[in-house]
Amino acid sequence: MTQEALALALLLACPLAGAAVLALCGHRERARDLNVTFSCGTFFAACALAMHVVRAGPVLLWDNAFYVDALNVFLLTLTALVGLTTAVFSRPYMRVESDHGKMTAPRLRLYHSMYQLFSFTMLLALSTNNMGIIWVAMEAATLTTVLLVSVYRTAASLEAAWKYFILCGVGIAQALFGTVLLYMAAEKVMPPGGGALLWSNLDAVKGQLDPDVITLAFAFLFIGYGTKVGLVPVHNWLPDAHAEGPTPVSAVLSGLLLNVALYAVLRCKVLTDGALHGNALSGRLMMGFGLLSVVAAVFFLIRQRDVKRMFAYSSIEHMGMMTFAFGMGGPIATYAGLLHMTVHSLIKSAIFFAVGHATQKAGTQLMDGIRGLLKISPTVAWGLMIGTLAILGMPPFGVFASEFLILTTAMRDHPWATPLLLIALAVAFASVFGRVQGMVFGETSVKPLAHRPALVPVFVHLTLGLMLGLYIPPYLDAWYRQAAAMIGN
Amino acid sequence: MSALLPQFVNLLGAVLLLLAFAMTSQRRMLALIHLFTMQGATLALATAVVGYVTRQHHLYLSAGLTVVLKVLLIPWLLHRVLDRLGIRRDVETLINIPTTMLIGIGVVIFAFNLSIPISHLSSALASGTLGIALACVLLSFLMMITRTKAVPQVIGFLAMENGLFFAATAATYGMPMVVELGIGLDVLVGVLILGVFMFQIREQFDSLDIHHLEQLKDD
Repeated sequence: MTQEALALALLLACPLAGAAVLALCGHRERARDLNVTFSCGTFFAACALAMHVVRAGPVLLWDNAFYVDALNVFLLTLTALVGLTTAVFSRPYMRVESDHGKMTAPRLRLYHSMYQLFSFTMLLALSTNNMGIIWVAMEAATLTTVLLVSVYRTAASLEAAWKYFILCGVGIAQALFGTVLLYMAAEKVMPPGGGALLWSNLDAVKGQLDPDVITLAFAFLFIGYGTKVGLVPVHNWLPDAHAEGPTPVSAVLSGLLLNVALYAVLRCKVLTDGALHGNALSGRLMMGFGLLSVVAAVFFLIRQRDVKRMFAYSSIEHMGMMTFAFGMGGPIATYAGLLHMTVHSLIKSAIFFAVGHATQKAGTQLMDGIRGLLKISPTVAWGLMIGTLAILGMPPFGVFASEFLILTTAMRDHPWATPLLLIALAVAFASVFGRVQGMVFGETSVKPLAHRPALVPVFVHLTLGLMLGLYIPPYLDAWYRQAAAMIGN
Repeated sequence: MSALLPQFVNLLGAVLLLLAFAMTSQRRMLALIHLFTMQGATLALATAVVGYVTRQHHLYLSAGLTVVLKVLLIPWLLHRVLDRLGIRRDVETLINIPTTMLIGIGVVIFAFNLSIPISHLSSALASGTLGIALACVLLSFLMMITRTKAVPQVIGFLAMENGLFFAATAATYGMPMVVELGIGLDVLVGVLILGVFMFQIREQFDSLDIHHLEQLKDD
């Protein structure tokens, strides 16, 4: 087996083995460390794979079943990294939850096992070359997260999980219809033999695909995967699922799953653009729904009282921003979209880590009940404050860089959209910053906890987000450029 | 003989559509499961016939999978859930049945119109089938929207999957085997999870009425 095949095998085997092992002993004291260990193995495998792809370019593996190129290798690494840091954060978080009696032994087993299985499904969706398997993996990711969201078995979490399942199940069924149409178009121009769903093959013949079928296919694929991205008006599952599940799950949902869904949309967009020969239909659709999501999410966001719901709406806003950027196309906007994907995922998960500790200390998720964090635990408070400033687009963090690029491109190509985006960003800033200020400063209402919070993940993420705003390392820059050249035309 | 077989596939497609209509209009829970089982059987037969006509032998496997999953296993699971939860009452609908049927007709017209420009590309075997499949998907969607109980919603979800499988079989002679196996696995696991959920919802709320699941709202 070659080096890269070994790395990919490890990348997929680690979480799968973790899921099996933790299903048996996920309730033990050591399970939290085991969870971190397996995620660590996944992360190292991802790094090895990334290094190889940086050196040697895209690879096709195992009978063309897996395809790793500039676009998905950076997402794979990001997924593995956030998977690891979230596992680290989940250690003290779950200890507190067990102390409070919210997590019993069977629930802990389910949680740890599903956490690893969820990582596996995301990595599978990202690395596979088969558009059908992307669908299967996305559906499996929905199933695992449904179990994670409902893990507390409260009335609210059951409702959130049911809504999540039904809405995403229906949404993603549309994507399956789109996949069938794509396969139908591809079979006409490809020799028989089952290769007609492989992305690398589709990419080679995309110019010959029937435009009518592909248009319809993209519409269905976009609705389907767009539901999972959380685009307005099919976003209803997202705030509930984020607010009612355990906070580590909110972090990976926001930071990773939404990205994976957007990745699926991007793969479809490349094929559609190729088949339609410069007709910007897919771009227009993405711009429209992206812009709608940004604006609508902000007006939902200002009415929230639950801190996790508020940041869930902020995720919708940012996913809309990325979708808008990819919809505009062109190298700069696409580069900005990819950068935004990275920094949003890092900073939003950091915020959820801080929020997780804060809600445990305050014993409530309502923002009115969380006051004066700074007095009891300054590090959590500063983590939350800095993270909030970063996600709201303050320089010098990475979100500022990517949003600046997106806005300047919008100004040049689609000036009508710029005021809408700016107003949305301003409203979001005023609303979120005001709320978080109240939570951090002032008279305190929170109690210290028995276990030390995991602050390393928060500050690692924030540092990375800061670094990406100031300086993008050359290899990362090269990745983004390659990926942008592939997606944006 | 061979000229009759494509006709037969079209006939089976029509039966599928009829069953989808019957499901949208059915109030009784048990009858709903029977209709779903019949839809699964029709789908399996259609898949096998297409496999025979086109000599695509992997379609036999796919048909077998459908029989095991959608004719035997899932209906059995649904029956068990109904027995254990003791549900025997009729299903309430949000919109009355005749109105639902009228909307359903509109949905079918929409689906056929949408598929006209592309149906010439689907396999020569059955040109109308893509429209039928899309109509089945949308009708199941309609059924999910108009029902207020958990079990019919799940059946609607599964019927939607049936429509999608029919689209895959009729338009493309079936997806690659690995994808079909993956979809089958997802569906099965999904039904198991939903089954467990029903017990938990019932435990929490003493009822399977979806109205209870409307507490989470934006303030």
